[in-house]
Amino acid sequence: MPLTDCRLTLAQTNPALGAVQRNLEDHVAAIQAALAAGSQLIVFPELSLTGYFLKDQTAELALDVDGPELRTLLELSKRISILVGFVERARDGRIYNSAAFLEDGKLLHVHRKVHLVTYGMFDEEREFAAGDEFRAFESKLGRFGVLICEDAWHVSSGLQHFLAGVDAMLVPSCSPGRGVGGGATELGSETTWRTLLDAHAMLFQTWVVYANRVGWEDGVFFWGGSRVIDPFGKLVARIEGFEPALAQASIDGGALRRARVATPLLRDAKPWLLARALERIAAAERAQ
Amino acid sequence: MKELDIHPPLVEQLLTQFLREELASAGFTRAVLGISGGIDSALVAALCARALGAENVLGVMMPYRTSNPDSEGHARLLAKELGIQTKKVDISAMADGYLAAHEVKDRMRRGNVMARCRMIVLYDHSVDFKGLVIGTSNKTEILLGYSTQWGDSASAINPIGDLYKHQIYQLSRHLGVPSAILDKAPSADLFEGQTDEGELGFTYAEADRLLYWMVDERMSESELVARGFEVAFVRRMAARIAATQFKRVMPIIAKLSQRTINQDFRYLRDWGK
Repeated sequence: MPLTDCRLTLAQTNPALGAVQRNLEDHVAAIQAALAAGSQLIVFPELSLTGYFLKDQTAELALDVDGPELRTLLELSKRISILVGFVERARDGRIYNSAAFLEDGKLLHVHRKVHLVTYGMFDEEREFAAGDEFRAFESKLGRFGVLICEDAWHVSSGLQHFLAGVDAMLVPSCSPGRGVGGGATELGSETTWRTLLDAHAMLFQTWVVYANRVGWEDGVFFWGGSRVIDPFGKLVARIEGFEPALAQASIDGGALRRARVATPLLRDAKPWLLARALERIAAAERAQ
Repeated sequence: MKELDIHPPLVEQLLTQFLREELASAGFTRAVLGISGGIDSALVAALCARALGAENVLGVMMPYRTSNPDSEGHARLLAKELGIQTKKVDISAMADGYLAAHEVKDRMRRGNVMARCRMIVLYDHSVDFKGLVIGTSNKTEILLGYSTQWGDSASAINPIGDLYKHQIYQLSRHLGVPSAILDKAPSADLFEGQTDEGELGFTYAEADRLLYWMVDERMSESELVARGFEVAFVRRMAARIAATQFKRVMPIIAKLSQRTINQDFRYLRDWGK
C-alpha cells in the first residue's frame, strides 16, 4: 500500500535507567497524548523502555516479545501504531537491542540492531547479540524500515531499505551529545546527525523519522533533536532543546511520489551493478 | 585557541541541566561546595546558583591560618553577588592538631593534609545541609593530576571536569564571575606566593593546547611535534598524565571471585534511582 497521508508523534522521552514499569507508564501517557493530538503513529527512541547504559542490567531487563510489558502496548496499538525500543530476549536466550512495531494489536515487526556500537564510550557488543537483517515491512500507513542509531552510520543499511522500496525510515536513537569546542554554536552531535539524516532523506528519497532521547546517565547526556525530514530533504518537524517533549508532524503521502518523479533515484539505482561489484570482491577474497 | 572555544550559552544550558538531573537522580536538590576565591569554584558556584536557585547552594570558606586573606575576600564577594549561603570554617585548629603533633614540615604533605581537612568539612556539611558535594576540578588539572587525591578532588558530581582552563575562563566571563577573580593568577594557596603556573612550570594556555591535541584529538608524538610543540614538553606531559592515572580511578581490588566489583559487577551510579 502506498504511503497514506498521516499524522505522527515524535516521542522524545527521558527513560529512567532500568525502571521498566515507570517507563512503561510514561509510554502510555505519551501514547494517550498522541491519540488526543490525532496521530496514527508514535515513534519512541532506542531502548525507550529501559534506558541506555545498562551494563549488567541488560540481561536483567530483557523482555520476551510476548511478555506483559509489550502486551500493554499491543492493546494500545489497536488505536495507534507504535515503534518502541526494548531489550529483547530471544527464545534461544540471545539478547538484542530491538525495536518493535506494533499495530492493530499485533506485533508487526521486530528490528534487531545490526550495527552494535563498540568503541569509545560504547560497549554494546559486550551486552547484545547483533541482528542480521534489514527487512522492510508493510504497515497500514505505508512501507517502513527501521534503523536503530548506529545502523544509520552504515550506508548499506539505508541502501537495503531503499532498494526494498520503503516509504519511511524510522530511526530510534540514543545518541549522546558531545563536541562543544571549535567555536561552534551547536553540538558536534547535532551537526553530524543533521548531515547524516538529511543525506538519508535525499539519497534514499525517503521520509526520515528520527526519535532521539534526552536526559543524563552518569554524566552522559542524550541531546534529543528528534525530527521528521521529507523525501526532498526538507525539515518538517523538529523538537528544540534538551528536554522531554512530544511533537506532531503531518506526513504528505504524495511527497514521495512527487520526489521520485522529479528525481527518479530508485528507478535509476541499478542495484545489479552493486551486486556484481560485491561478487567481484567476494571472488577476490576467496582467491586469496 | 579557536579549537578550544566553546559557545558559553550552550554549555551553561547543559551543565545546569546536568546539575539538576544528576542531583535529582541521587535524591537531592541542594549543593555544597568549597569556595576558595578562585575561578574554578566561582564558576561551579555560579552554575549551581543558576541550576538550583541560590538558596539551595552552600559555599563553604575554609581558610588555614596562612591562607592569603584576599582569597576569603574574593569568596565573600562572589557569594554576595550570587546570593548563595555561606559558612566559614577555619581549618587551622583541625589541621594543626595533626600537623603540629606529628611535626609535619614538608610543604606538599602539609598542603595535602589541608586539602583533606577541607574534604572532611564539606562531606560533613553535606549531611547537615542535605546537599551533595559538587566538584570543582577542571579537565586540565585532572589530566595533570594537579590535585590532592581524596582531598580537593573528592566530590559526588563534577560539572566542570570536562572543561579545559581556557574554557573555564570563557564560561566564567559569560556567567559574570567578578573580575577580581577572573584577573588574578590561579593559585592553590597552599603556601605563600604560590601560583599554579609557577609550580607547574608551564602556562595553562600551553597545557590546554597540548592536552587538547594529545588527548581529545589523539595525536601521536610526531604529529604534535609537527604542529609546533617541543618534543621535551610533549614527553613531559605524556609522562605526567600516565604517572597520575592513579588519581583518576577508584581503588583497585584484587579479583578472587567469579564476580568482582568494577570488573564484572558493572552498573552505573544512577542504577536503581
